[in-house]
Amino acid sequence: MKKHYMNGYDAVSEIADGSTLMVGGFGLVGIPEQMILGLVESGAKNLTIISNNCGVDDWGLGLLLKNHQIKKMIGSYVGENKEFERQVLSGELEVELIPQGTLAERIRAGGAGIPAFYTPAGVGTKVAEGKETRVFHGKEYVLEHALYADYSLIRACLADEAGNLIYNKTARNFNPMIAAAGKITLAEVENIVATGNLNADQIHTPGIYVQGLLEAKQEKRIERKTIRNG
Amino acid sequence: MRQTKSNVRERIARRAEQEIKSGYYVNLGIGIPTLIANYISEDKEIVLQSENGLLGIGEYPEENEVDPDLINAGKETVTEIQGASYFDSAESFGMIRGGHVDLAILGGMEVSEEGDLANWMIPGKMIKGMGGAMDLVHGAKKITVIMDHVNKDGAPKIVKNCSLPLTGKSVVNRIITDRAVLDVTDNGLVVQEIASGYTLDDIRNSTEPVIHVSSTVQYDAY
Repeated sequence: MKKHYMNGYDAVSEIADGSTLMVGGFGLVGIPEQMILGLVESGAKNLTIISNNCGVDDWGLGLLLKNHQIKKMIGSYVGENKEFERQVLSGELEVELIPQGTLAERIRAGGAGIPAFYTPAGVGTKVAEGKETRVFHGKEYVLEHALYADYSLIRACLADEAGNLIYNKTARNFNPMIAAAGKITLAEVENIVATGNLNADQIHTPGIYVQGLLEAKQEKRIERKTIRNG
Repeated sequence: MRQTKSNVRERIARRAEQEIKSGYYVNLGIGIPTLIANYISEDKEIVLQSENGLLGIGEYPEENEVDPDLINAGKETVTEIQGASYFDSAESFGMIRGGHVDLAILGGMEVSEEGDLANWMIPGKMIKGMGGAMDLVHGAKKITVIMDHVNKDGAPKIVKNCSLPLTGKSVVNRIITDRAVLDVTDNGLVVQEIASGYTLDDIRNSTEPVIHVSSTVQYDAY
């Protein structure tokens, strides 16, 4: 039985200034909405955030950005956020941009006991500058290191009391790797069911990776609603 | 010949569609490449990969089918086809880097004669990030870049050496523009097709590197 939190603030209130956080989601899909709002409330600052994107100006991680709680952002695509660009250009925010597959694999490696690995992504570009490279089978690869976090904040559709998680469609994205890479992983879920009510063969993230659960309704804001013939 | 921007886009997208063979698993980049999906011939069986974790992107949803948990890599709401599958981002890029995707069609700012691609960053201008492009260019079995032949000022986008930061070095196999189809080969750029309204001289004059002409070059090709 995992620890249950009352609300987003309750879940994240122990996160100290200067912590490194991994946050699940792709765009606004699969982000832990209430825990991000909880961080806005707690005011934890000088955070290093590892997440594919940085939200939009008024939702998701964009709220932490607006509140100047982020010291450094590690991600792959931040084009949806004007405040992000402003803070980087003015020197208020440090940023490390990583190829998306390398980001996913660095996080996966962090949770899976692999300290570093070679990948072709970024060879011959700025991304590989100053990094070790090596030729395998006649092709050049660059050495990339695992990423770790003090806390991992993720979002799933369903959990049982044992912390087993099931995601919904493309809301899975980075959440499973992030679950494994944090020292403490907190999962925000739409519904928690009694242990035994999930099909053990359909679990996406086994409960071993999860330390705490928050059941919370999700707004699920849509960034680009696109309709057929419209 | 004066063409509107949407005409040009459609011409490029329709030509790029011909690169997609039945049975292919294909990744279409964000922006104009995404439009190609609108022109895929119905007799082809294609599975579109979305790097955020979906094999089998379907049409855009009807209003009552919109699912906020179901988007493509451009963050647009989509649907799934029958036989679709979902997976996490590490598996998605494993699938890409592992050479399982037959074709990736990406947009471009510059392509060099050796197949270097620049499409993610203009120094001092925008800070957006490379997303999945740097992984895709090393993973898909074939990389096709679609773009306008020249930039807004009329200068070539196919150049001897890219001036913009690279997405990948020696990664592009084929370039499709509004004017021509060119292959990147060990012997340099080879023109395979010339679009209607353009001559070989037009292509030479609007392409910076020396170009070779295929023995089977087609004129008025698209």
